[in-house]
Amino acid sequence: MSPNLLPYWKLFVAGFRQQSTYRLAAFGGLVANATFGFLKVAVLFATVRAAGGQLHGYDLGVMSSYIWISQGLLGSINLSGRTDLADRIKDGAVAVDFLRPIDVQAANVATEVGKAVFALVPRGIPSVALGAIVVGMSLPSTPAPYLLGALSLLVGITVSAATAYIVATVGFWLIESRGVQVLYMVVSGFLAGLFVPIALFPGWLSAIAAATPFPSMMMYPIDVISGRVVGLAALGLFAAQLGWLAVTGLIGHALTRAGRRKLEIQGG
Amino acid sequence: MAEPVVHQGSVGPVTRLAPYRAVLAARVRAQRSYRSNFLIDLGSSLLVGFVELAEVWILFHNVHVLGGFTFVQILLVFGIADFSFALADLFFGHCDNLPTYLRAGTLDVFYLRPQPVLMQLITSEISLRRLSRAGLGVGSIVIALALNDIDWSAARVALLVLALVSATATFAALFVWAAGLQFFLVSGAELTNAFVYGGRYAATQPAAVWSRPIKVVFGFLFPMAFTAYLPALELLGLPGPQWLPAGLAWCTPLAALWSWGMALGTWRVGMRHYQGGGG
Repeated sequence: MSPNLLPYWKLFVAGFRQQSTYRLAAFGGLVANATFGFLKVAVLFATVRAAGGQLHGYDLGVMSSYIWISQGLLGSINLSGRTDLADRIKDGAVAVDFLRPIDVQAANVATEVGKAVFALVPRGIPSVALGAIVVGMSLPSTPAPYLLGALSLLVGITVSAATAYIVATVGFWLIESRGVQVLYMVVSGFLAGLFVPIALFPGWLSAIAAATPFPSMMMYPIDVISGRVVGLAALGLFAAQLGWLAVTGLIGHALTRAGRRKLEIQGG
Repeated sequence: MAEPVVHQGSVGPVTRLAPYRAVLAARVRAQRSYRSNFLIDLGSSLLVGFVELAEVWILFHNVHVLGGFTFVQILLVFGIADFSFALADLFFGHCDNLPTYLRAGTLDVFYLRPQPVLMQLITSEISLRRLSRAGLGVGSIVIALALNDIDWSAARVALLVLALVSATATFAALFVWAAGLQFFLVSGAELTNAFVYGGRYAATQPAAVWSRPIKVVFGFLFPMAFTAYLPALELLGLPGPQWLPAGLAWCTPLAALWSWGMALGTWRVGMRHYQGGGG
């Protein structure tokens, strides 16, 4: 690996290891995933049945895949808008981060992605396994959706970390950035398709969702992995994700540069 | 501060409650003094309520009857559940902060004061921002009562009041139950969130869609079906599904008592288990 990228890889690994120490918390999270999962199964299965077994491309099997994959991603997608960086900006510790010879944005996103990828082990995989065993789900039988799905998931996790990073950088200008964080928390889960799949939204609402990075974090990866969207359409979703990755990355980069100057004006 | 334990038997209830009132009044003043933050909190709390209502509405936008309910009918369930949960959250929600106190060792301060620890924890904060959420609940109830064809009688009015009081008590008990378990879990708060916030989610659903295991857990163990679904069935004159006949609506106070029994039992065990923060 090139020496320029090595620090970020190490931060990724550190984030992964940091999470692995909180085992009870991970177990608690899994119980929460399962409880909400079974409640979603009850109400969403009833919805599909009431619609005659088919609803916007969802039958019971695909709906089950959606439910358990989305529950499994809860530990990996930042839907709260809270980050360590926001606290470091608030108490001024971020000045130390700027002294380090690495890029602040890349370092933060790499650490968060590391934590998120680890969370797939205690929360993601068991949630999907539980759903597959207890409820049953339909998963694709060809390798392509899994390969593209893995990439799509990684990009989704990164978009989530990059967007949460933007929320934190607002703290350079607002001393108390909690209002923005709370707003993010309120809309992110809904627009990411956590409680109801976006395909079930009325047209105007799904247009609003598509104009935000939130579906790229959760809904698109689930659509690709579950095989609900295949072929060119799946590649289209992946392209949209890459677009949002570029947009959120560039905004975060610009805000970091501008915020750094602002921070120096304040005296750091 | 030194003597109140000795006098506690002789002073009237007004004097005994004075310390709690002083703390609560201070918390109210504190929240109102950061005016813009308070407004953001009120607004975001309302927005959360609207988003949760939207999640229910989207399902009914796709299918018009779900679990035997129409959207206007489920609005009554949503309203009762959301209003009661918001009220319970207003007065008891900060019991969720217990793990923070446990980790920082600041809970030990509560033990030094001559008042019950649980009462101190409950009165240590009041989340006024939940008022907007409770307002949304009231709005949903009023609209649902106006739009549904309800055959009013004195008994049904009494049932609605009984349901709102019992549901608030039931949700409040869940917060206390969760706090009792935090003495063992500390960093595993999500385990209890599954039942507190999962319970809130369950309470807004038409319970007819539940499988049997869910009926056991959220119908009876954590009696969420009793908070809003069963009273709504009785008010609307609908029959209930298997295991949850509409007549059970009159047992909502029993559900609240059961929840508080579980909550106080768990809290006592937790208190005994606690060894102090090492301070």
